[in-house]
Amino acid sequence: MEIIVCLKQVVDPELPARDFAIDPATRRQVREGRPLVISTYDENALEVALQLKDRVGGKVTALTLGPQGVAGDAIRLALAMGADEAVAVDDPHGVGLLGVEKARVLTAAIRRIGRFDLVLCGCESADWVERVVGPLLAEALAAACVTFVSRIELRNGALLVRRMADEGFHQLEVRLPAVLSVTSDETNRPRLPKVKDIMTARRKPVQVWPMADLSGTSLDGDAPGVEVRDVALPERTARCEFLPGDAAAQVAALTQRLRDLKLL
Amino acid sequence: MTGICIIAGALDGKLSRSSLELIGGARMLQGPVGQEVAAVLLGHGPGLAEAAADLHRHGVGRVYRCDHPLLTAGQTDAVLVAVEHVVRRTRPEVVLIAADTVGRELAPRLAYRLRAALATECVELGVEDGAIVVRRQVYGGRALATLVVRTRPAVLSVKPHALDVPQPAPVAGTVEDVSVAIDAGALPTRVREVLREQAELGLEDAQIVIGGGRGLGGPEGFALLAELAKQLGGAVGASRPPTDAGWVPVNWQIGQTGKTIRPALYIAVGISGATQHIAGVTGSRTIVAINRDPEAPIFSSAHLGIVGDYREVVPALIAKVKELKGA
Repeated sequence: MEIIVCLKQVVDPELPARDFAIDPATRRQVREGRPLVISTYDENALEVALQLKDRVGGKVTALTLGPQGVAGDAIRLALAMGADEAVAVDDPHGVGLLGVEKARVLTAAIRRIGRFDLVLCGCESADWVERVVGPLLAEALAAACVTFVSRIELRNGALLVRRMADEGFHQLEVRLPAVLSVTSDETNRPRLPKVKDIMTARRKPVQVWPMADLSGTSLDGDAPGVEVRDVALPERTARCEFLPGDAAAQVAALTQRLRDLKLL
Repeated sequence: MTGICIIAGALDGKLSRSSLELIGGARMLQGPVGQEVAAVLLGHGPGLAEAAADLHRHGVGRVYRCDHPLLTAGQTDAVLVAVEHVVRRTRPEVVLIAADTVGRELAPRLAYRLRAALATECVELGVEDGAIVVRRQVYGGRALATLVVRTRPAVLSVKPHALDVPQPAPVAGTVEDVSVAIDAGALPTRVREVLREQAELGLEDAQIVIGGGRGLGGPEGFALLAELAKQLGGAVGASRPPTDAGWVPVNWQIGQTGKTIRPALYIAVGISGATQHIAGVTGSRTIVAINRDPEAPIFSSAHLGIVGDYREVVPALIAKVKELKGA
């Protein structure tokens, strides 16, 4: 099974509020000096890929997109977790790209990687939360598409996946090749690499492809039909009032307040 | 190209609530896009007649009804075939899709096929200076992005429960039955089984919601929350750590990835307040946080805070509510 996992590097989403700022010029989050991590669900996608490889064999290639230098950390972590190879598309300006544009670059990179049975990505990025990259890749690569997948199983040559759904779960049979976006559950918690894995990872092959080399493939599309006008921090209307005293006093004060609000 | 077309799902036999929410969204766009709101109605069986009437009751004039045995829960590939067929023929300027299980897959794929402008997970739609403007949460709800939709056609997906179900505004509408050829053998994905998990019934509609987080320490804590919910007449949900750990079903999850709630009262117990979670609760009218750590970020989103051990506070609260109800 040839599996490609798309990983996005984002500013740590749990950054304290005081370190969170929007750059008015780029209309994106200020990244300088902030810790970067692999976007939450992308790590789950990698874990799902590695578990599948452990069971049925094959190869896992990590693919990331971003300014060279910082993208290296994500790639090293992916290789230490168990990815076999890595490709980093060096895109110095790509941080603020919308999902439609990112999907075009990733499509070009995946075509250049060549053969694949499965492409996995996170169900949403921790920063922009568009949830579009997986479905757009599926369309561009003429592959099957399922989003919010938590488990994958290969049974008698057929791929069975579990999708988180409004009413519970859907069990789907999926034809290959497929692009699946992954959500978290208790079966796909990202593994922690051991020291030995981190050492081994240093010897694994990493290819760096300048963004310019990918143009002329599927990059030349229309400009996205939407434009980000501004990104605003909502005014904080809530100011927390702490209820004092021991549990009994706190509860008495709380129930009184809830009665005043006609909630009790 | 003219008008607005909503994609209305009756994949479970009746018109989904989020389909009605789209009508509210369509009304916000009326004006520059023209007055007509049409709907593609998808499903199978007798429930579709009632669903079409419900659309007319809410102001949708033209209903393109697609009745097919494959248009059932979760069958995105079949839905895509039907929707693409109708939309290519009727050429609306704007297509509105609910960002539910199927819609999350449908919207980007349809946009790709139509070479349409795409904005997903919108929480507000509007018109400013003649342009369509949408707003969506970004950075885990820490910020709100405003996007201008420049090109047509446009495919916009709307986050479920972000918009209200609109008041009825009946029109004398029409129903056109559209026969769509869906080749079952050609569909690359098929739903084999729908596993209904014991979801907290009505989590998204409850007026009072109690949420539990990592701070509960294990599944047992949720029994206490269930008792509190019972006393208050509310529902129980969770942040991501308890669902990831398997303490409670995944569809109890409230937050960016899970459900969006807008109750009158939300009580967050043992929840640190990760942005992921906050994104799903900011619409709550009153937020009460109970946490041992006075520095927990949840308090900066809460109106009322109790610093303390939930094992003491929640039983005391249950007893107090019982006492007040008895009085």
